[in-house]
Amino acid sequence: MILMIVALIFPFLMVFGLSFTVETGPQGQSEWSLGSYQAFFDKPQYLRVLWRSVIISTIVAITTVLLAYPAAYFIAFHVKKNKMRWLILITLPFWTSYLLRVFAWKLILGYNGVVNSALIYLGLIDQPLDFILYNVNAVVITLAHAWAAFAILPIYVSLQKIDKSLIEAAHDLGEGKVATFMRVTLPLSMPGVVAALLLVFIPTVGDYVTPKLVGGPNGLMIGSLIQVAFGRLDNWPLGAAISVISMITVTAGVCVFLLGLDRLKKMVA
Amino acid sequence: MTERSFISIQDVSKHFGDVRAVDNVDLEIAKGEFFGLLGPSGCGKTTLLRMLAGFETPTSGEIFIDNEPSAAVPHFLRPVNMVFQNYAIFPHLNVFQNIAFGLRKDKLSKDELTRQVDTALEMIKLEGYGNRGAHELSGGQRQRVALARALVKKPKVLLLDEPLGALDKKLREQMQLELRDLQRELGITFVFVTHDQEEALTMSDRIAVMADGKVLEQGAPAKIYERPQTRFAADFLGSMNFIDGQIKGIDGDAYVIETDQLGTIKAPNTAQKFAEGEKLTIGLRPENIQISPRASKVQRENSVNAVVKTAAYLGDRAHIYVVLKDASEPVLVTMQNLEGAISNTLESNLDVAISWSDRSVLMLKNS
Amino acid sequence: MSANPEKSGPSWLGTYTVCYLIFIYLPVLLLPVFSFNDAIYVAFPMKGFTTRWWAELAQQDGLFEALKNSFLVAVPVSLVSTALGICSAKALTGYRLFGKQIFTGLFTLPLVIPFIILGISLLIAFNSYGLPLSLWSVGIGHVLICVPFSLFVLMSRLESFDHSIEEASLDLGETPWMTFWLVTFPVAMPGILASLLLTFTISFDEFLLAFFLTGNDSTLPIYIYSQLRFPAKLPAVLALGSAILVVTFIIVTIAERLRRQGDAQLGTGVE
Repeated sequence: MILMIVALIFPFLMVFGLSFTVETGPQGQSEWSLGSYQAFFDKPQYLRVLWRSVIISTIVAITTVLLAYPAAYFIAFHVKKNKMRWLILITLPFWTSYLLRVFAWKLILGYNGVVNSALIYLGLIDQPLDFILYNVNAVVITLAHAWAAFAILPIYVSLQKIDKSLIEAAHDLGEGKVATFMRVTLPLSMPGVVAALLLVFIPTVGDYVTPKLVGGPNGLMIGSLIQVAFGRLDNWPLGAAISVISMITVTAGVCVFLLGLDRLKKMVA
Repeated sequence: MTERSFISIQDVSKHFGDVRAVDNVDLEIAKGEFFGLLGPSGCGKTTLLRMLAGFETPTSGEIFIDNEPSAAVPHFLRPVNMVFQNYAIFPHLNVFQNIAFGLRKDKLSKDELTRQVDTALEMIKLEGYGNRGAHELSGGQRQRVALARALVKKPKVLLLDEPLGALDKKLREQMQLELRDLQRELGITFVFVTHDQEEALTMSDRIAVMADGKVLEQGAPAKIYERPQTRFAADFLGSMNFIDGQIKGIDGDAYVIETDQLGTIKAPNTAQKFAEGEKLTIGLRPENIQISPRASKVQRENSVNAVVKTAAYLGDRAHIYVVLKDASEPVLVTMQNLEGAISNTLESNLDVAISWSDRSVLMLKNS
Repeated sequence: MSANPEKSGPSWLGTYTVCYLIFIYLPVLLLPVFSFNDAIYVAFPMKGFTTRWWAELAQQDGLFEALKNSFLVAVPVSLVSTALGICSAKALTGYRLFGKQIFTGLFTLPLVIPFIILGISLLIAFNSYGLPLSLWSVGIGHVLICVPFSLFVLMSRLESFDHSIEEASLDLGETPWMTFWLVTFPVAMPGILASLLLTFTISFDEFLLAFFLTGNDSTLPIYIYSQLRFPAKLPAVLALGSAILVVTFIIVTIAERLRRQGDAQLGTGVE
């Protein structure tokens, strides 16, 4: 157990250490320096990509949760028999290759893809629509699809835990369906919603495959930068610095979110 | 060497951190006894039971079972088996397998195993249930299976942790009698834990009342109910009216006690000695108090005027709270709702008289 | 009684859920459909029916090598991470462990760190110690990310686990070791199976860590990724994806069937 934790922590310390070095020679000689950080902050496009990553992941997290909530609600409250079967049905696609799922969206949204060719075939448009792939929208749709299971499951679990008599009590106390949902069901399912938001937000910030396949130049995210630094640029200290910066950004983002939520809770209470 | 009792708990304590769950307990339990550990939750009774079972080791003190110091005996050699509070039926095994679980080590032939389990099933009146799954059993059936599972091991002592706690009232009453009959039949020593005083009174040969890790008193149910030595036991078993008093003197066989509420009363001399002038608490069982109309002069030893505060109808009996002159605490009187009894006519603010006999007055030390 | 949420309102919710299901399944089902389409491009109108992409698939040596590698990684990873998961779940639920919350938090770290960062940190760690990158390094990386998933699956199972049945077993004369085999293990079995399945799938499907940590051997996702660059190879990739889909479907169905059977067996008895 301790070994596991060491195995986890140690690499991060290495990254942290590496990020404070610069390469000084062709054989990987290096010395302590803040140069890598400087290199990052010197280039405004790096910061822009970082900012965009956070924004995209936020939008993805919110979209995914909004799309998943009603479905989870339906299974938790309206499906009587075989809830398990519904859950399996809804999560089954996520057992298939992530890569292929993302790629399938490229096929759907592509210039000569399924949507365009179908629309042309049906005579609805003459020219393929070119605004649907290689942009932020495509990234959002693809990620909202790819991470759906991570939103549905926690939300479902928190909804399932709600004592049904609480809802009946709210009705009994004269609340309508909407008010009951807002005042009872939604607040009680908040832990699931928060978990879902975080479970989607955090990994998507660092996603590298999706922006590469469907993002185009404007859909580039921080994961791509890290990959490039370790790959084509072969500048590991820079890659490490970007990693550290994005980790700090993610952590800060999560903290701000949780603090805001706490504040909100206190305001409501 | 002195002869030890069958189960001998000698000065046993168990501490969890700062908490003294069991605090210097001495208990002797005879062979074949049905022994009840009674107390509110958190009083240490379950910890004591778990020490007997070997799930906890005493912090200090020693436990002997059949003259063996039990600390030295490993789990699987203990002549003790337990019926768990939630019955702990193995969910992945059926009834037969559950009961046969403890016989695995005995390496019985298949026929012998089947015979023993069938006998056990017969004993708990669940013949033909062997193939039932654990989740197909009702609460009462689970209880019986847990019982059979422990009894096929032929333990010298059977421990039962709140054995009937999970059952509804009717079933509980029925099982109380069944358990008692079974114990008589088998002659095995039963030690059980309960917070339900009625259960303890019904089933036990002897009861130990526990509070805060200590055994306050022990004895036969009737003795503890009728002659409790401590205010806690008096309160915990049944209900009791408590009245402050002070010893005025001794009149022959009886103490004379001065009280604010009841005036000067008498109580029989008991084992406990009281000094003149000592402050004490008087206990009066609600069923030992009679209510009569103010006008009628029933010939009783003691009688005071009172006013009915509330009368609660409980079917077979009635709970009547009466207020004595200038007393804030109402006194509870219980009486049977017999045909034509006065309890049927009592209502709030009615003027009545209450009376009791000297014999029913309990004297309890103020500690 | 009048406002029974069970009876009112499922109509639009149900409709929505069905639409959502379509949204979820659409891209996935596209793969098998177009894998039989007699054209290189994935576009409407569809051309004729063909099985040649599937035939082509069978001839790719790299594919089988990658498939073999994926199994070589995923099988041990699922076993090791589930074993580690069992130990840690037992430790975290069973005892009054000091700093339980901190431990749980540390274990879940891989879940809340972007995989790419985990990938590069491991890469750096391996590199600085001159450890060669291979399927081994991929496996180690996968174990790190699989343990938290295994832990979660098992924790939920063990938390509802009634420890008095273990005590009952001890009380009935079994040793702690036999108690584990006769009681703890079988009762926790569905959770263990679920954990094995989940961790296997995660490892089998994982791309980012494998991409960073592998040496010359490619796992299946890496192989697929490399194929995506060549349009001519595309239909074969579709066929491959469909094959994975079908196999996954079968595995999950079997797992669910097993789970049900397990439940049923509790009822009918197995002597």
